[in-house]
Amino acid sequence: MGELRLMKGNEVIAEAAIRCGCDGYFGYPITPQSEVMETLMDREPWDETGMVVLQAESEVASINMVYGAAGSGKKVMTSSSSPGISLMAEGISYIAGAELPCLIVNVQRGGPGLGTIQPSQADYFQSTKGGGHGDYRLIVLAPSSVQEMNDFVDLGFELAYKYRNPAMILTDGAIGQMMEKVELSDYKPRMTAEEIEAKYGSWATNGKKANREYNVITSLEMDSAKMESNNRRFQEKYKQMEEEEVRYEMFQCEDAEYILVAFGSSARICQKSVDLARAKGLKVGLLRPITLYPFPKKPIAELATKVKGFLTVEMNAGQMVEDVKLAAGCSNSSVPVEYFGRMGGIIPTPGEVVEALEQKLIEA
Amino acid sequence: MDIKDIIKPENLVYEKPKLLTDKTMHYCPGCTHGVVHRLVAEVIEDLNIQEKTIGVSPVGCSVFAYNYIDIDWQEAAHGRAPAVATGIARVNEDKVVFTYQGDGDLASIGTAEIMHACNRGENIVVIFINNAIYGMTGGQMAPTTLLGQVTATTPCGRDLDRNGYPLKITELIAQLPGTAYVTRQSAHTPATARKCRKAIKKAFQNALDKKGTSFVEVVSTCNSGWRLNPVDANKWMEENMFPFFPMGDMKDGERDAPDAYFKKN
Repeated sequence: MGELRLMKGNEVIAEAAIRCGCDGYFGYPITPQSEVMETLMDREPWDETGMVVLQAESEVASINMVYGAAGSGKKVMTSSSSPGISLMAEGISYIAGAELPCLIVNVQRGGPGLGTIQPSQADYFQSTKGGGHGDYRLIVLAPSSVQEMNDFVDLGFELAYKYRNPAMILTDGAIGQMMEKVELSDYKPRMTAEEIEAKYGSWATNGKKANREYNVITSLEMDSAKMESNNRRFQEKYKQMEEEEVRYEMFQCEDAEYILVAFGSSARICQKSVDLARAKGLKVGLLRPITLYPFPKKPIAELATKVKGFLTVEMNAGQMVEDVKLAAGCSNSSVPVEYFGRMGGIIPTPGEVVEALEQKLIEA
Repeated sequence: MDIKDIIKPENLVYEKPKLLTDKTMHYCPGCTHGVVHRLVAEVIEDLNIQEKTIGVSPVGCSVFAYNYIDIDWQEAAHGRAPAVATGIARVNEDKVVFTYQGDGDLASIGTAEIMHACNRGENIVVIFINNAIYGMTGGQMAPTTLLGQVTATTPCGRDLDRNGYPLKITELIAQLPGTAYVTRQSAHTPATARKCRKAIKKAFQNALDKKGTSFVEVVSTCNSGWRLNPVDANKWMEENMFPFFPMGDMKDGERDAPDAYFKKN
């Protein structure tokens, strides 16, 4: 059993980063995630593990520092909230294009624009469909508890290195700010350059050794035929992720006639909604995607042949509902897929969700 | 005497640096980039730091700098090279990291990154090529374009009311306490190229000695962008750029002592 603590989600991101052997964090303050960097600065990990923590002049600089450090093979990360992630979008595209591992944490707030500092899930499209320019994908993990904020830091880095691709923890102000019991991970030593090279290959720009050609980290390729072949390689990688990395959780789906589909904070609310609905005699279950990319298409397609309807519950105007519709449609099923959500920083109540389910699917 | 009698190792006075690759340079004939690439390669060779040097190339004509010097490279997004270099240098303290940037990259889109990297005193080298024009995109106005200078986006000459003043960014950089060495050089004659080489060597030595940020501006020609032949471009540079961008060191030492910057109580 690891060390038990009562901590905020944002604080746990920082603690987990130190414990998983992260080499560097580069960030810029923005509500509601500033505790990530505050906790790191307070912990002074440079004395403990040698981890570097740097407050950059902007999110633009932060993500480019991550790009540089990641290119040298180091295990590095940043965190921000929605408007800051928009500023990072260019850099994220470069990191994906140069095929570098890194971890980006988005503690979402309501948008668009400066929006609000309250929790939201309105960056689903931005995170899972692109955000920056070009055909690329992030591995997107959606924690629904403070415990998963801890667990997904290490998992995010593992997946990022496995695929040499940026990974994102997509969470929101609710989980970032709330305190819960968490079992912290044990300390892992930081990887040496030799260990990284032995495990992941010698692509990093950590000084040209006499025994290899010089390394270049770039996303640039002027020859269209070669650029297309780079793109094909990326797509192969994304296909492999879709085959091997899908993670989700099902809650009371065995006998369910109606399925709620929700991630992160919304999924926690929907657990309660399932209980409320069951108390009313409604056979309702919950499917919680843990990886938003790759999206759990198969379990949704399978359920689509058995159930009477899906309701996605999102803190946005209806974004994941498009993926649920596509997945359900894979089974040639005409099962209805409806959406319910709140926007602008409002969190739906469990009762509202049951009401929406009854109105949109059962009474309809 | 036959030519074969002359081509002998003992007669060799100047050769291609071993660190310059054999790739054919894409730069236009007359361009300063080739000369400065050579000087950088010579300095890395001199200091014997090939295995610990990492270059960061910009967006602009020198985006392909990584094709020409036999060291590890990262190619940065437009203007972000100082942030990329910061990231590399911070998690690799034993390495020597340098950026190679043009005027559009460094003094326009990347102003925030260069100011803050220099102000933090990042232990990096910055090579700044100032040719007063955007070369790669076809000769548009740069932040350092002189008033009256004709470019693709100032066809009647840079106009003060429309376009503002040319930016002396190096003078600004020299005010920042994190810098150790700030200098302006040129490389259009053998004598100035040798002087420039000395400046670049000092900058790299400073990085080895962890003295703070070293910044070397090289006032350069873009004869294609300026629509001049190489000889006339050099002349134009001497007559027009040198008075506005005077040569010489603006700071030489190490980053400022912290005393004057502390809160009082």
